Amino acid sequence: MSLISTLARLEAVSSGRAQPAATVRHRRLSDRPLVLVPLTTAGEAGAPLGALVGTDRDAPHLLVVAQPRDRDLRFAFLSELADVVLPYLDGYAESVEAAERTETDPETGKRVKVEVELCADAPQLIVPSRAGVEFLRLLGRSMRFRRTAEQDPETPYPAPPRLPLLGRWLTHFAERARVPGASLLPAVTDLLARHWASGQSTLEDQHLGALLAWIDPPEGVTGAEAALRAELDRDAEGQLLCPPAGPATDPAFDNRLLAPAIERYDRARTALAAAEDGLEADDRLGALTAAEREIRALVESRTRPTWDAVWRGLDLLRALPEGAHVEERWTRDRWSFTAHRDRVLAGEPPQPRRDDAVTAANKLAAREREQARLEAQEALDDPLVMAGRRLSGEAFAGEVTDVVMAYSEGKRPSPRPLVTVRTDDRPYLGERARVYRSLGGRPQAAEFVGYEDEGALVVLRIVDKMGRGKEPEVGSVPEKGDPVCFTLFEHEQRGGAKLPDPEDTPWTHGGPPGEAAAPEPDPVTAEDLL
Amino acid sequence: MPLPRTREKKLRQRLAELRGPEVPAKALDARALAALAANPGCRRRALLDGAGVNKAALAGALGSPAAFGQSQFALTRGNAFEARVKADGGAELLRLVHEKLDRRAEPPSDAELPELTAIGPEGRTARTTHALRDATATGGWTLLDHPMLALDVAGSPAFLEPDAVVVHPDGSWTVVEIKSFPMLDGSADPAKVGAAARQAAVYVLALEELAARLDPAPAVRHHVLLVCPKDFSNLATASAVDIRKQRAVTARQLARLTRVQDIADALPEGTCFSPDLPAAELTAAVESVPATYAPECLSACELAFHCRDRSRADGAVTSLGRSARAELGGLTTVEDVLAAARGEAGDPADPAVAALRRAAELRAEALGGAVEGGATCR
Repeated sequence: MSLISTLARLEAVSSGRAQPAATVRHRRLSDRPLVLVPLTTAGEAGAPLGALVGTDRDAPHLLVVAQPRDRDLRFAFLSELADVVLPYLDGYAESVEAAERTETDPETGKRVKVEVELCADAPQLIVPSRAGVEFLRLLGRSMRFRRTAEQDPETPYPAPPRLPLLGRWLTHFAERARVPGASLLPAVTDLLARHWASGQSTLEDQHLGALLAWIDPPEGVTGAEAALRAELDRDAEGQLLCPPAGPATDPAFDNRLLAPAIERYDRARTALAAAEDGLEADDRLGALTAAEREIRALVESRTRPTWDAVWRGLDLLRALPEGAHVEERWTRDRWSFTAHRDRVLAGEPPQPRRDDAVTAANKLAAREREQARLEAQEALDDPLVMAGRRLSGEAFAGEVTDVVMAYSEGKRPSPRPLVTVRTDDRPYLGERARVYRSLGGRPQAAEFVGYEDEGALVVLRIVDKMGRGKEPEVGSVPEKGDPVCFTLFEHEQRGGAKLPDPEDTPWTHGGPPGEAAAPEPDPVTAEDLL
Repeated sequence: MPLPRTREKKLRQRLAELRGPEVPAKALDARALAALAANPGCRRRALLDGAGVNKAALAGALGSPAAFGQSQFALTRGNAFEARVKADGGAELLRLVHEKLDRRAEPPSDAELPELTAIGPEGRTARTTHALRDATATGGWTLLDHPMLALDVAGSPAFLEPDAVVVHPDGSWTVVEIKSFPMLDGSADPAKVGAAARQAAVYVLALEELAARLDPAPAVRHHVLLVCPKDFSNLATASAVDIRKQRAVTARQLARLTRVQDIADALPEGTCFSPDLPAAELTAAVESVPATYAPECLSACELAFHCRDRSRADGAVTSLGRSARAELGGLTTVEDVLAAARGEAGDPADPAVAALRRAAELRAEALGGAVEGGATCR
């Protein structure tokens, strides 16, 4: 936490309401996001209990696994999920626009431009919390290596069709969620915490109900009181009034309500299987349906408050204007979506269990680059973020007090005007350090010359973006009295050194990955219950 | 750190008084011992744990009940998995120990499975000691299922029950932890592995204490075996976990725990933490021991909600996180910080105060929009 955000939190404590941590919205919110509120079964790995999912806030689909330890019921749940998610994704995969991309020509080795398709917009999955993102990653991992009967008629316990495909998509979304600034799969708690500073710790901000209580407390209640209620208040049955946003459920819910309901369901199922004639079976089927309905009602009662909270959070976020660079980052999300669509269409195998050395290094480099890009762009888009950078000596703002024309030495003298800026900031400038300002959206560089007046004046030499002539182009040099803001960090990120192709992986990194074998499915056992 | 005999007796009596008349001591389990390492500076926690006070009951009596609980689904699955791993005379478990820790030894077959049942924890501890001594001498594989170990904590014994201890043919001992979180493609949740390692470190310390009493003293291995379900199945997989660091940390914390005496000595006469006392009296008793609350406590300590209320009521900056506290120098309360930031208090020559004022100015400027010439980059 920087001092400026700590200060914002302290102001929130004192005022009883969350304080702004951003003046614009730094993440894209799709006009039609798919919200997913999953629940999982305690203790099991990747055994969903249910979910609310959909794009219509008034009509979510409720999906429930009445007995989470039954593989067939889990498959049924995941198929239903695929029926909601995949058509939503397909809707975005179809409308494309033409775009250009530079690629290395395999024959000549030259960089050439190629015409490619770029999806006009990308889908957006929204989950309540960071744990929800991890849960989708887990679900993706559990599905993408499954075999359907069509792929392999011999496979034991074949998965329903489209299930492996859903697994690959969820894996892609969860992987993209690790890229800083990406918006394909955001968690609402992260989005809210980015834009507001609450009066509690970052740890407590993970609770969606409490965080919303700070940002938008009910009439006449302070954020602290409302947050405490959201965290702890229980009804007469000992159930939390604001259930955890999941995917984990409250142990009190599991033990008092869910476990007895599942037991009744199991009993009804055993009874139905033991029914001897049609009449008896009809009765018992009725009992089974009732038991199932009860579990559905329980799951809905735990997910619906979170569902509503997610949409409330989205409303709050939408009220902020979008930052100027958000569109550019969203375009990267569109590229990411399009690339995975193409891989699926090309019949490539699912993402491997472990990345090879080159892929892993590339991913890491990309994340570092995106982090630097995000930090720079957020600062340029938002004076409040820039204030934090100014406080830490990474930027300075002020007024131009003097401009002296000067020229470079050499055959063709170019303009190198000296600009003096009066500032209250204390930038950490080294000798001939480069600083940048935004000139019509493009970075203009300057060189630090020296301090005057005990550091209150900074003298800079502008070095580029002034045109080719002897006289700088109009508007390319600040004039006396202009407000300016220079940063010590670069505005645009350069890619790092190129890594070798996977086939050329050096032996120090495990050597070439060898023939790409189709990944084996996970071994399955006859009974997968514990 | 052995205490002089009389002093130890006095301490025990003193701690019993703190618990209250006829309140049994809550045994310190490995999980609680390991959690001590999370916030070693907290005197309140050290004293209450050292005295065997039931903190969950205490928190309830104070009106800020803890929100801990375990789902029965998790419990059932954990037990089922452990039973599966230990089935068939522990054959699968011993195979994993051999494969992951001791490949040079002969493969285990016909391992000994000594009977360890006895009456009371002391009896079970004695049985475990005998079984370990015998097994070390035989030179074969032995599996001890749920042995009982004793560890001296602040002058009173804590009884610990590891999932299993394996004696290798070379006479060395290995602690086995069986957990039901999955190991996915060879890696598990680092937070959960860390918790398991801290827990195992406590068992290793207890075993080392026991081994030191034998002659010749057997070696206790500093790699424990963590057994987890493989991927999404119910098959077992295992990994050797190096716990040297956790062991060193826990050993140091336990040594520090003996200072419970000093904390107890500082309390006013007649202080008692019995949950039957009226809330006001209890609150006063709890307040007489200083706590160092930080948000991390919420996931580890039953009293956390109570301490958080207090911390917030005092306006302590630490309730926003330890990092917030670290940035603010000598300013420890919210009002002090805000007053300094507004320029109403504080010494402008203090770098923390100067930075705060600058931060407040910059923040106000940015939120005020285009004041002072709209010093943004656009």
